[in-house]
Amino acid sequence: MKILVAVKRVVDYNVKVRPKSDGTDVDIANVKMSINPFCEIAVEEAVRLKEKGVATEIIAISMGPKQAQEQVRTALALGADRGILVESDEDLQPLAIAKMLKAIVEKESPDLVILGKQAIDGDNNQTGQMLGALTSMPQGTFASEVNVADGRVSVTREIDGGLQTVNLSLPAIVTTDLRLNEPRYASLPNIMKAKRKPMDTFTPEDLGVDATPRVKTLSVEPPAERKAGIKVADVAELVDKLKNEAKVI
Amino acid sequence: MSILVIAEHDNASIKGATLNTVAAAAAIGGEIDVLVAGANCGVAAEAAAKIAGVSKVISADNAVYEHQLAENVALLIADLGKGYSHILAPATTNGKNNLPRAAALLDVQAISDIISVESADTFKRPVYAGNVIATVQSGDAIKVLTVRTTAFDPVAAEGGSASVEAIDGSHNAGNSEFVGEELAKSDRPELTAASIIVSGGRGMQNGENFEMLYKVADKLGAAVGASRAAVDAGFVPNDMQVGQTGKIVAPDLYVAVGISGAIQHLAGMKDSKVIVAINKDEDAPIFQVADYGLVADLFDAVPELDAAL
Repeated sequence: MKILVAVKRVVDYNVKVRPKSDGTDVDIANVKMSINPFCEIAVEEAVRLKEKGVATEIIAISMGPKQAQEQVRTALALGADRGILVESDEDLQPLAIAKMLKAIVEKESPDLVILGKQAIDGDNNQTGQMLGALTSMPQGTFASEVNVADGRVSVTREIDGGLQTVNLSLPAIVTTDLRLNEPRYASLPNIMKAKRKPMDTFTPEDLGVDATPRVKTLSVEPPAERKAGIKVADVAELVDKLKNEAKVI
Repeated sequence: MSILVIAEHDNASIKGATLNTVAAAAAIGGEIDVLVAGANCGVAAEAAAKIAGVSKVISADNAVYEHQLAENVALLIADLGKGYSHILAPATTNGKNNLPRAAALLDVQAISDIISVESADTFKRPVYAGNVIATVQSGDAIKVLTVRTTAFDPVAAEGGSASVEAIDGSHNAGNSEFVGEELAKSDRPELTAASIIVSGGRGMQNGENFEMLYKVADKLGAAVGASRAAVDAGFVPNDMQVGQTGKIVAPDLYVAVGISGAIQHLAGMKDSKVIVAINKDEDAPIFQVADYGLVADLFDAVPELDAAL
Protein backbone atom coordinates (compact mmCIF):
# COMPACT_ATOMS: atom_id res chain seq x y z
CA MET A 1 0.00 0.00 0.00
CA LYS A 2 1.21 3.46 -0.94
CA ILE A 3 0.76 6.51 1.29
CA LEU A 4 0.97 10.15 0.24
CA VAL A 5 1.64 12.49 3.14
CA ALA A 6 1.45 16.27 2.86
CA VAL A 7 3.64 18.61 4.91
CA LYS A 8 3.51 22.38 5.19
CA ARG A 9 6.27 24.85 6.00
CA VAL A 10 4.95 27.24 8.67
CA VAL A 11 6.21 29.69 11.26
CA ASP A 12 7.36 27.63 14.26
CA TYR A 13 4.66 27.21 16.90
CA ASN A 14 6.77 28.96 19.54
CA VAL A 15 6.98 32.20 17.55
CA LYS A 16 4.44 34.88 18.38
CA VAL A 17 3.57 36.39 15.03
CA ARG A 18 2.78 40.10 14.72
CA PRO A 19 1.40 42.25 11.90
CA LYS A 20 3.82 44.49 9.98
CA SER A 21 3.57 48.14 11.04
CA ASP A 22 1.83 49.07 7.77
CA GLY A 23 -0.83 46.41 8.38
CA THR A 24 -0.43 44.80 4.95
CA ASP A 25 0.69 41.39 6.10
CA VAL A 26 2.25 39.50 8.98
CA ASP A 27 5.92 40.03 9.73
CA ILE A 28 7.66 36.72 9.22
CA ALA A 29 11.06 37.96 8.07
CA ASN A 30 13.84 36.01 9.81
CA VAL A 31 11.57 33.94 12.03
CA LYS A 32 12.10 30.25 12.61
CA MET A 33 10.21 28.04 10.16
CA SER A 34 9.23 24.45 10.88
CA ILE A 35 7.08 21.62 9.67
CA ASN A 36 3.46 22.22 10.76
CA PRO A 37 2.91 20.16 13.96
CA PHE A 38 -0.17 18.40 12.56
CA CYS A 39 1.81 17.45 9.44
CA GLU A 40 4.52 15.97 11.62
CA ILE A 41 1.85 13.75 13.18
CA ALA A 42 0.74 12.79 9.65
CA VAL A 43 4.28 11.73 8.72
CA GLU A 44 4.62 9.75 11.96
CA GLU A 45 1.36 7.89 11.30
CA ALA A 46 2.51 6.98 7.79
CA VAL A 47 5.85 5.73 9.12
CA ARG A 48 4.11 3.63 11.78
CA LEU A 49 1.87 2.06 9.12
CA LYS A 50 5.00 1.18 7.17
CA GLU A 51 6.69 -0.26 10.26
CA LYS A 52 3.60 -2.41 10.88
CA GLY A 53 3.91 -3.78 7.34
CA VAL A 54 0.66 -2.14 6.22
CA ALA A 55 2.32 0.43 3.95
CA THR A 56 5.12 -0.27 1.49
CA GLU A 57 5.97 3.21 0.27
CA ILE A 58 5.60 6.72 1.68
CA ILE A 59 5.76 9.80 -0.54
CA ALA A 60 6.08 13.15 1.24
CA ILE A 61 4.92 16.27 -0.57
CA SER A 62 5.15 19.95 0.20
CA MET A 63 4.02 23.02 -1.69
CA GLY A 64 5.45 26.47 -1.27
CA PRO A 65 8.68 28.38 -1.77
CA LYS A 66 11.94 26.66 -2.70
CA GLN A 67 12.85 26.47 1.01
CA ALA A 68 9.90 24.14 1.63
CA GLN A 69 12.25 21.39 0.45
CA GLU A 70 13.64 21.56 4.02
CA GLN A 71 10.28 20.29 5.30
CA VAL A 72 10.23 17.55 2.67
CA ARG A 73 13.74 16.55 3.82
CA THR A 74 12.48 16.50 7.41
CA ALA A 75 9.72 14.10 6.38
CA LEU A 76 12.29 11.96 4.54
CA ALA A 77 14.47 11.91 7.66
CA LEU A 78 11.46 10.76 9.68
CA GLY A 79 10.96 7.80 7.35
CA ALA A 80 9.31 8.82 4.07
CA ASP A 81 10.86 7.14 1.03
CA ARG A 82 10.78 9.89 -1.55
CA GLY A 83 9.73 13.50 -1.84
CA ILE A 84 7.86 15.89 -4.08
CA LEU A 85 8.07 19.67 -3.96
CA VAL A 86 5.61 21.85 -5.82
CA GLU A 87 7.45 25.12 -5.97
CA SER A 88 5.54 28.40 -6.01
CA ASP A 89 5.96 31.82 -4.45
CA GLU A 90 2.23 32.41 -4.71
CA ASP A 91 0.08 32.64 -1.55
CA LEU A 92 -1.14 29.06 -1.94
CA GLN A 93 -4.67 28.64 -0.60
CA PRO A 94 -6.37 25.37 0.35
CA LEU A 95 -8.41 24.99 -2.85
CA ALA A 96 -5.34 25.43 -5.07
CA ILE A 97 -3.33 23.07 -2.85
CA ALA A 98 -6.12 20.48 -3.03
CA LYS A 99 -6.17 20.77 -6.83
CA MET A 100 -2.40 20.20 -6.99
CA LEU A 101 -2.65 17.28 -4.59
CA LYS A 102 -5.36 15.83 -6.81
CA ALA A 103 -2.98 16.00 -9.78
CA ILE A 104 -0.33 14.16 -7.76
CA VAL A 105 -2.92 11.60 -6.56
CA GLU A 106 -3.75 10.90 -10.22
CA LYS A 107 -0.05 10.34 -11.01
CA GLU A 108 0.78 8.26 -7.95
CA SER A 109 -2.49 6.49 -7.06
CA PRO A 110 -1.90 6.32 -3.29
CA ASP A 111 -4.24 4.16 -1.17
CA LEU A 112 -4.16 6.62 1.67
CA VAL A 113 -3.47 10.37 1.81
CA ILE A 114 -2.62 11.68 5.28
CA LEU A 115 -2.62 15.41 6.02
CA GLY A 116 -2.64 17.58 9.13
CA LYS A 117 -6.12 18.76 10.03
CA GLN A 118 -5.00 22.39 9.87
CA ALA A 119 -1.87 24.47 9.51
CA ILE A 120 -1.09 26.72 12.44
CA ASP A 121 -0.52 29.79 10.25
CA GLY A 122 -3.76 30.14 8.27
CA ASP A 123 -5.81 27.97 10.67
CA ASN A 124 -8.03 27.07 7.70
CA ASN A 125 -8.74 23.38 8.29
CA GLN A 126 -9.86 22.82 4.68
CA THR A 127 -7.28 21.09 2.48
CA GLY A 128 -8.04 17.44 3.31
CA GLN A 129 -11.77 17.93 2.96
CA MET A 130 -11.31 19.73 -0.36
CA LEU A 131 -9.05 16.99 -1.69
CA GLY A 132 -11.79 14.54 -0.71
CA ALA A 133 -14.33 16.48 -2.76
CA LEU A 134 -12.08 16.77 -5.82
CA THR A 135 -11.06 13.10 -5.85
CA SER A 136 -14.38 11.68 -4.55
CA MET A 137 -12.39 9.91 -1.82
CA PRO A 138 -13.98 9.53 1.63
CA GLN A 139 -12.44 11.50 4.51
CA GLY A 140 -11.65 10.70 8.12
CA THR A 141 -10.92 14.13 9.56
CA PHE A 142 -9.54 15.03 13.03
CA ALA A 143 -8.29 11.47 13.52
CA SER A 144 -7.19 10.17 16.89
CA GLU A 145 -6.92 6.53 15.77
CA VAL A 146 -6.40 4.92 12.36
CA ASN A 147 -6.68 1.21 11.56
CA VAL A 148 -6.25 -0.24 8.09
CA ALA A 149 -7.71 -3.70 7.41
CA ASP A 150 -9.31 -5.59 4.51
CA GLY A 151 -9.12 -2.77 2.01
CA ARG A 152 -10.78 -0.30 4.34
CA VAL A 153 -9.69 2.19 6.97
CA SER A 154 -11.39 2.74 10.27
CA VAL A 155 -10.89 6.25 11.67
CA THR A 156 -11.78 7.45 15.16
CA ARG A 157 -12.46 11.18 15.01
CA GLU A 158 -12.34 13.87 17.70
CA ILE A 159 -15.71 15.62 17.50
CA ASP A 160 -17.33 18.28 19.69
CA GLY A 161 -19.19 15.82 21.89
CA GLY A 162 -16.49 13.15 22.17
CA LEU A 163 -15.35 10.54 19.65
CA GLN A 164 -16.87 9.18 16.45
CA THR A 165 -15.70 6.19 14.43
CA VAL A 166 -16.22 5.92 10.68
CA ASN A 167 -15.23 3.17 8.28
CA LEU A 168 -14.04 4.25 4.83
CA SER A 169 -13.30 2.42 1.61
CA LEU A 170 -9.80 2.88 0.19
CA PRO A 171 -8.39 5.03 -1.27
CA ALA A 172 -9.20 7.47 1.52
CA ILE A 173 -8.08 10.68 3.16
CA VAL A 174 -7.14 11.04 6.81
CA THR A 175 -6.48 14.34 8.57
CA THR A 176 -4.67 14.16 11.88
CA ASP A 177 -5.64 15.55 15.26
CA LEU A 178 -3.19 16.12 18.11
CA ARG A 179 -3.56 12.82 19.88
CA LEU A 180 -3.13 10.45 16.96
CA ASN A 181 0.49 9.81 17.94
CA GLU A 182 3.62 11.41 19.34
CA PRO A 183 6.04 12.10 16.52
CA ARG A 184 9.61 10.82 16.86
CA TYR A 185 12.72 12.91 16.43
CA ALA A 186 14.83 12.35 13.34
CA SER A 187 18.16 10.71 14.17
CA LEU A 188 21.37 12.12 12.74
CA PRO A 189 22.05 9.07 10.53
CA ASN A 190 18.50 9.34 9.17
CA ILE A 191 18.94 13.06 8.49
CA MET A 192 22.12 12.21 6.52
CA LYS A 193 20.34 9.41 4.65
CA ALA A 194 17.43 11.72 3.80
CA LYS A 195 19.77 13.92 1.79
CA ARG A 196 20.23 11.10 -0.71
CA LYS A 197 16.56 10.22 -1.06
CA PRO A 198 14.98 11.29 -4.36
CA MET A 199 12.90 14.45 -4.62
CA ASP A 200 10.93 15.55 -7.69
CA THR A 201 10.07 19.18 -8.26
CA PHE A 202 7.04 20.54 -10.09
CA THR A 203 5.38 23.90 -10.57
CA PRO A 204 1.62 24.52 -10.39
CA GLU A 205 1.70 24.96 -14.19
CA ASP A 206 3.26 21.49 -14.60
CA LEU A 207 0.24 20.14 -12.74
CA GLY A 208 -2.21 22.20 -14.78
CA VAL A 209 -3.41 24.19 -11.79
CA ASP A 210 -4.06 27.93 -11.62
CA ALA A 211 -2.82 28.75 -8.13
CA THR A 212 -3.90 32.40 -8.14
CA PRO A 213 -5.41 33.21 -4.72
CA ARG A 214 -9.20 33.50 -4.68
CA VAL A 215 -9.33 35.18 -1.29
CA LYS A 216 -7.46 38.46 -0.94
CA THR A 217 -6.03 39.63 2.37
CA LEU A 218 -6.86 43.34 2.55
CA SER A 219 -5.18 44.07 5.87
CA VAL A 220 -4.02 42.51 9.11
CA GLU A 221 -4.15 43.91 12.63
CA PRO A 222 -3.35 42.78 16.13
CA PRO A 223 -6.31 41.49 18.14
CA ALA A 224 -7.94 43.80 20.68
CA GLU A 225 -5.72 43.93 23.76
CA ARG A 226 -7.24 43.00 27.09
CA LYS A 227 -6.77 45.73 29.66
CA ALA A 228 -4.34 44.83 32.39
CA GLY A 229 -5.97 43.11 35.33
CA ILE A 230 -5.09 43.07 39.01
CA LYS A 231 -3.65 40.55 41.41
CA VAL A 232 -5.84 39.64 44.36
CA ALA A 233 -4.35 38.70 47.72
CA ASP A 234 -6.51 35.73 48.57
CA VAL A 235 -9.60 33.71 47.75
CA ALA A 236 -11.84 35.95 49.87
CA GLU A 237 -10.84 39.02 47.85
CA LEU A 238 -11.30 37.08 44.61
CA VAL A 239 -14.84 36.02 45.51
CA ASP A 240 -15.65 39.56 46.64
CA LYS A 241 -14.41 41.05 43.33
CA LEU A 242 -16.33 38.49 41.27
CA LYS A 243 -19.53 39.16 43.22
CA ASN A 244 -19.39 42.91 43.70
CA GLU A 245 -17.10 44.34 41.01
CA ALA A 246 -17.40 42.04 38.00
CA LYS A 247 -20.84 40.79 39.11
CA VAL A 248 -20.39 37.47 37.34
CA ILE A 249 -21.23 35.12 40.21
CA MET B 1 -28.67 38.25 -1.49
CA SER B 2 -29.83 34.77 -0.49
CA ILE B 3 -28.15 32.87 2.27
CA LEU B 4 -28.18 29.18 3.10
CA VAL B 5 -27.36 28.34 6.73
CA ILE B 6 -26.45 24.74 7.54
CA ALA B 7 -28.12 23.86 10.84
CA GLU B 8 -26.22 22.16 13.65
CA HIS B 9 -28.66 19.68 15.16
CA ASP B 10 -29.02 16.17 16.55
CA ASN B 11 -32.21 15.32 14.60
CA ALA B 12 -34.30 16.01 17.72
CA SER B 13 -33.27 19.60 18.44
CA ILE B 14 -31.43 22.57 16.99
CA LYS B 15 -28.09 23.34 18.63
CA GLY B 16 -27.30 26.84 19.84
CA ALA B 17 -24.48 27.25 17.31
CA THR B 18 -27.16 27.50 14.61
CA LEU B 19 -28.51 30.68 16.23
CA ASN B 20 -25.10 32.38 16.16
CA THR B 21 -24.72 31.38 12.52
CA VAL B 22 -28.11 32.84 11.61
CA ALA B 23 -26.92 36.03 13.37
CA ALA B 24 -23.88 36.14 11.07
CA ALA B 25 -26.18 35.61 8.10
CA ALA B 26 -28.39 38.47 9.29
CA ALA B 27 -25.29 40.69 9.45
CA ILE B 28 -24.71 39.97 5.75
CA GLY B 29 -28.39 40.67 5.04
CA GLY B 30 -30.86 39.01 2.69
CA GLU B 31 -33.22 36.05 2.68
CA ILE B 32 -32.06 33.36 5.09
CA ASP B 33 -32.89 29.71 4.47
CA VAL B 34 -31.84 26.97 6.88
CA LEU B 35 -30.94 23.44 5.79
CA VAL B 36 -31.71 20.66 8.25
CA ALA B 37 -30.12 17.51 6.84
CA GLY B 38 -30.66 14.42 8.95
CA ALA B 39 -32.83 11.38 9.49
CA ASN B 40 -36.15 11.59 11.31
CA CYS B 41 -35.25 15.23 11.79
CA GLY B 42 -38.77 16.62 11.51
CA VAL B 43 -38.71 17.95 15.06
CA ALA B 44 -35.43 19.75 14.44
CA ALA B 45 -36.82 21.23 11.22
CA GLU B 46 -39.91 22.49 13.07
CA ALA B 47 -37.65 24.08 15.68
CA ALA B 48 -35.56 25.71 12.96
CA ALA B 49 -38.71 27.25 11.49
CA LYS B 50 -39.22 29.18 14.74
CA ILE B 51 -35.79 30.85 14.63
CA ALA B 52 -36.13 34.61 14.27
CA GLY B 53 -35.33 35.94 10.79
CA VAL B 54 -35.50 32.66 8.88
CA SER B 55 -37.53 32.65 5.64
CA LYS B 56 -37.58 28.97 4.81
CA VAL B 57 -36.39 25.70 6.28
CA ILE B 58 -35.29 22.98 3.89
CA SER B 59 -35.69 19.58 5.46
CA ALA B 60 -33.62 16.80 3.86
CA ASP B 61 -34.84 13.85 5.88
CA ASN B 62 -33.11 10.71 4.73
CA ALA B 63 -31.18 7.84 6.32
CA VAL B 64 -28.02 8.78 4.36
CA TYR B 65 -27.77 12.05 6.32
CA GLU B 66 -28.38 10.55 9.77
CA HIS B 67 -24.80 10.87 11.03
CA GLN B 68 -23.77 13.90 8.99
CA LEU B 69 -21.25 11.93 6.96
CA ALA B 70 -19.33 14.55 4.98
CA GLU B 71 -19.25 12.47 1.80
CA ASN B 72 -23.06 12.62 1.56
CA VAL B 73 -23.89 15.93 3.21
CA ALA B 74 -21.33 17.88 1.14
CA LEU B 75 -22.97 16.63 -2.07
CA LEU B 76 -26.33 17.86 -0.78
CA ILE B 77 -24.97 21.26 0.33
CA ALA B 78 -23.20 21.80 -2.99
CA ASP B 79 -26.31 20.82 -4.92
CA LEU B 80 -28.64 23.15 -2.98
CA GLY B 81 -26.01 25.84 -2.47
CA LYS B 82 -25.65 26.59 -6.19
CA GLY B 83 -28.69 28.84 -5.95
CA TYR B 84 -27.39 31.01 -3.10
CA SER B 85 -24.99 33.93 -2.76
CA HIS B 86 -23.69 32.71 0.63
CA ILE B 87 -23.48 29.37 2.43
CA LEU B 88 -22.77 29.50 6.15
CA ALA B 89 -22.17 26.84 8.78
CA PRO B 90 -20.99 27.13 12.38
CA ALA B 91 -17.29 26.32 12.87
CA THR B 92 -18.15 23.19 14.85
CA THR B 93 -16.47 19.88 14.06
CA ASN B 94 -19.46 19.15 11.77
CA GLY B 95 -19.21 22.45 9.96
CA LYS B 96 -15.45 22.15 9.58
CA ASN B 97 -15.84 18.61 8.26
CA ASN B 98 -18.63 19.23 5.75
CA LEU B 99 -18.36 22.78 4.48
CA PRO B 100 -14.86 22.81 2.91
CA ARG B 101 -15.82 19.63 1.04
CA ALA B 102 -18.95 21.32 -0.30
CA ALA B 103 -16.95 24.45 -1.17
CA ALA B 104 -14.48 22.46 -3.29
CA LEU B 105 -17.40 20.82 -5.14
CA LEU B 106 -18.55 24.36 -5.99
CA ASP B 107 -14.98 25.42 -6.90
CA VAL B 108 -15.02 27.99 -4.10
CA GLN B 109 -12.19 28.92 -1.72
CA ALA B 110 -14.03 28.79 1.61
CA ILE B 111 -13.29 31.25 4.43
CA SER B 112 -13.00 29.67 7.88
CA ASP B 113 -13.96 31.03 11.27
CA ILE B 114 -15.25 34.50 10.43
CA ILE B 115 -15.56 36.81 13.44
CA SER B 116 -17.15 39.79 11.71
CA VAL B 117 -18.96 40.75 8.54
CA GLU B 118 -17.49 43.89 6.94
CA SER B 119 -19.54 43.67 3.74
CA ALA B 120 -21.16 40.97 1.61
CA ASP B 121 -17.74 39.77 0.41
CA THR B 122 -15.36 40.96 3.15
CA PHE B 123 -14.89 39.35 6.54
CA LYS B 124 -12.51 39.33 9.49
CA ARG B 125 -10.99 36.12 10.73
CA PRO B 126 -8.26 35.17 13.19
CA VAL B 127 -5.03 33.59 11.92
CA TYR B 128 -1.86 32.45 13.72
CA ALA B 129 -3.81 31.23 16.76
CA GLY B 130 -5.61 34.54 17.04
CA ASN B 131 -2.41 36.60 17.28
CA VAL B 132 -3.40 38.35 14.07
CA ILE B 133 -6.82 39.34 12.74
CA ALA B 134 -7.00 39.36 8.95
CA THR B 135 -9.55 41.22 6.84
CA VAL B 136 -10.16 39.08 3.78
CA GLN B 137 -12.19 39.50 0.61
CA SER B 138 -13.66 36.63 -1.36
CA GLY B 139 -13.44 36.75 -5.14
CA ASP B 140 -15.76 33.78 -5.65
CA ALA B 141 -19.34 34.11 -6.87
CA ILE B 142 -20.63 32.08 -3.90
CA LYS B 143 -19.22 32.86 -0.47
CA VAL B 144 -18.76 29.74 1.65
CA LEU B 145 -18.08 30.61 5.28
CA THR B 146 -17.74 28.94 8.64
CA VAL B 147 -18.69 31.14 11.56
CA ARG B 148 -16.91 31.45 14.91
CA THR B 149 -20.02 31.26 17.04
CA THR B 150 -18.57 33.17 20.03
CA ALA B 151 -18.20 36.27 17.85
CA PHE B 152 -21.92 36.63 17.06
CA ASP B 153 -24.71 37.01 19.63
CA PRO B 154 -27.38 34.39 18.94
CA VAL B 155 -30.69 35.36 17.37
CA ALA B 156 -33.88 34.38 19.23
CA ALA B 157 -34.75 30.70 18.98
CA GLU B 158 -38.46 31.56 19.02
CA GLY B 159 -40.63 34.08 17.26
CA GLY B 160 -40.08 33.19 13.61
CA SER B 161 -42.58 31.41 11.40
CA ALA B 162 -40.70 30.05 8.41
CA SER B 163 -42.18 27.57 6.01
CA VAL B 164 -40.74 24.05 5.99
CA GLU B 165 -40.02 22.53 2.59
CA ALA B 166 -39.21 18.83 2.53
CA ILE B 167 -36.94 17.73 -0.27
CA ASP B 168 -36.86 14.21 -1.65
CA GLY B 169 -33.96 12.23 -2.96
CA SER B 170 -30.65 11.40 -1.43
CA HIS B 171 -27.00 11.93 -2.12
CA ASN B 172 -25.20 8.77 -1.16
CA ALA B 173 -21.50 8.64 -2.00
CA GLY B 174 -21.43 5.06 -0.74
CA ASN B 175 -17.80 5.15 0.41
CA SER B 176 -18.17 5.81 4.13
CA GLU B 177 -20.03 4.20 7.00
CA PHE B 178 -20.82 5.39 10.49
CA VAL B 179 -19.58 2.85 13.05
CA GLY B 180 -20.26 4.43 16.41
CA GLU B 181 -19.91 7.33 18.78
CA GLU B 182 -18.71 7.74 22.34
CA LEU B 183 -20.28 10.93 23.53
CA ALA B 184 -19.44 12.45 26.88
CA LYS B 185 -22.41 12.43 29.20
CA SER B 186 -22.57 15.21 31.71
CA ASP B 187 -25.20 17.08 33.67
CA ARG B 188 -23.08 20.21 33.43
CA PRO B 189 -23.65 22.73 30.65
CA GLU B 190 -21.87 22.28 27.32
CA LEU B 191 -18.56 24.14 27.12
CA THR B 192 -19.56 26.23 24.14
CA ALA B 193 -22.88 27.22 25.71
CA ALA B 194 -21.82 27.78 29.33
CA SER B 195 -21.79 31.25 30.88
CA ILE B 196 -19.14 30.16 33.39
CA ILE B 197 -16.25 27.80 32.72
CA VAL B 198 -13.74 26.38 35.18
CA SER B 199 -10.70 24.95 33.40
CA GLY B 200 -7.77 22.90 34.64
CA GLY B 201 -4.29 22.51 33.24
CA ARG B 202 -1.14 20.53 33.78
CA GLY B 203 -0.99 21.88 37.34
CA MET B 204 -3.94 19.64 38.27
CA GLN B 205 -1.43 16.74 38.23
CA ASN B 206 -3.98 13.98 37.55
CA GLY B 207 -7.56 13.23 36.59
CA GLU B 208 -8.73 12.61 40.16
CA ASN B 209 -7.81 16.16 41.15
CA PHE B 210 -10.30 17.46 38.57
CA GLU B 211 -12.97 16.42 41.13
CA MET B 212 -12.12 19.66 42.96
CA LEU B 213 -13.01 21.63 39.83
CA TYR B 214 -16.22 19.67 39.28
CA LYS B 215 -17.34 20.59 42.80
CA VAL B 216 -16.65 24.29 42.25
CA ALA B 217 -18.28 24.13 38.80
CA ASP B 218 -21.44 22.57 40.19
CA LYS B 219 -21.78 25.37 42.73
CA LEU B 220 -21.44 27.94 39.94
CA GLY B 221 -23.52 26.10 37.35
CA ALA B 222 -20.35 26.04 35.26
CA ALA B 223 -18.89 23.79 32.58
CA VAL B 224 -15.44 22.27 33.06
CA GLY B 225 -12.72 22.64 30.46
CA ALA B 226 -9.05 21.79 30.19
CA SER B 227 -5.86 22.86 28.51
CA ARG B 228 -4.19 20.74 25.86
CA ALA B 229 -1.53 19.73 28.39
CA ALA B 230 -4.18 18.24 30.68
CA VAL B 231 -5.83 16.37 27.81
CA ASP B 232 -2.53 15.11 26.38
CA ALA B 233 -1.54 13.86 29.83
CA GLY B 234 -4.76 11.83 29.90
CA PHE B 235 -6.31 13.64 32.89
CA VAL B 236 -9.56 14.30 31.00
CA PRO B 237 -11.08 13.46 27.57
CA ASN B 238 -10.45 15.46 24.40
CA ASP B 239 -13.90 17.03 24.21
CA MET B 240 -12.94 19.19 27.21
CA GLN B 241 -10.04 20.88 25.42
CA VAL B 242 -10.18 24.64 25.05
CA GLY B 243 -7.74 26.24 22.61
CA GLN B 244 -6.67 26.93 19.03
CA THR B 245 -7.45 23.39 17.97
CA GLY B 246 -10.02 22.54 20.62
CA LYS B 247 -13.13 24.49 21.53
CA ILE B 248 -13.30 28.25 21.23
CA VAL B 249 -15.22 29.69 24.18
CA ALA B 250 -16.18 33.16 25.39
CA PRO B 251 -18.15 32.82 28.63
CA ASP B 252 -18.96 35.61 31.08
CA LEU B 253 -16.44 34.10 33.49
CA TYR B 254 -13.48 31.85 32.72
CA VAL B 255 -11.52 30.47 35.67
CA ALA B 256 -8.12 29.06 34.64
CA VAL B 257 -6.67 26.79 37.30
CA GLY B 258 -3.11 25.54 37.00
CA ILE B 259 -2.95 26.68 33.38
CA SER B 260 0.24 28.45 32.33
CA GLY B 261 -1.37 30.17 29.33
CA ALA B 262 0.32 28.95 26.13
CA ILE B 263 -0.75 31.04 23.11
CA GLN B 264 -2.61 28.01 21.77
CA HIS B 265 -4.77 27.96 24.93
CA LEU B 266 -5.26 31.73 25.02
CA ALA B 267 -6.53 31.51 21.43
CA GLY B 268 -9.49 29.53 22.72
CA MET B 269 -10.57 31.68 25.67
CA LYS B 270 -9.20 35.21 25.55
CA ASP B 271 -12.51 36.67 24.38
CA SER B 272 -14.12 35.66 27.69
CA LYS B 273 -15.65 38.66 29.47
CA VAL B 274 -13.90 38.10 32.83
CA ILE B 275 -10.85 35.90 33.23
CA VAL B 276 -9.57 34.60 36.55
CA ALA B 277 -6.21 32.85 36.82
CA ILE B 278 -5.07 30.75 39.75
CA ASN B 279 -1.46 29.69 39.40
CA LYS B 280 1.49 29.41 41.75
CA ASP B 281 3.91 30.73 39.14
CA GLU B 282 3.51 34.51 39.21
CA ASP B 283 5.29 34.81 35.85
CA ALA B 284 2.83 32.50 34.07
CA PRO B 285 1.60 34.17 30.84
CA ILE B 286 -2.02 33.49 31.83
CA PHE B 287 -1.76 36.46 34.24
CA GLN B 288 -1.25 38.80 31.26
CA VAL B 289 -4.81 38.20 30.12
CA ALA B 290 -6.42 37.70 33.54
CA ASP B 291 -8.67 40.36 35.04
CA TYR B 292 -8.13 38.83 38.46
CA GLY B 293 -4.98 36.88 39.19
CA LEU B 294 -4.38 34.86 42.32
CA VAL B 295 -0.83 33.65 42.87
CA ALA B 296 -1.41 30.60 45.02
CA ASP B 297 -1.08 26.85 45.16
CA LEU B 298 -4.26 25.58 43.53
CA PHE B 299 -4.47 22.74 46.05
CA ASP B 300 -5.02 25.40 48.75
CA ALA B 301 -6.97 27.92 46.70
CA VAL B 302 -9.53 25.66 45.01
CA PRO B 303 -10.84 24.06 48.25
CA GLU B 304 -10.98 27.55 49.77
CA LEU B 305 -12.92 28.79 46.77
CA ASP B 306 -15.24 25.81 47.07
CA ALA B 307 -15.85 26.65 50.73
CA ALA B 308 -16.38 30.36 50.01
CA LEU B 309 -19.06 29.85 47.38
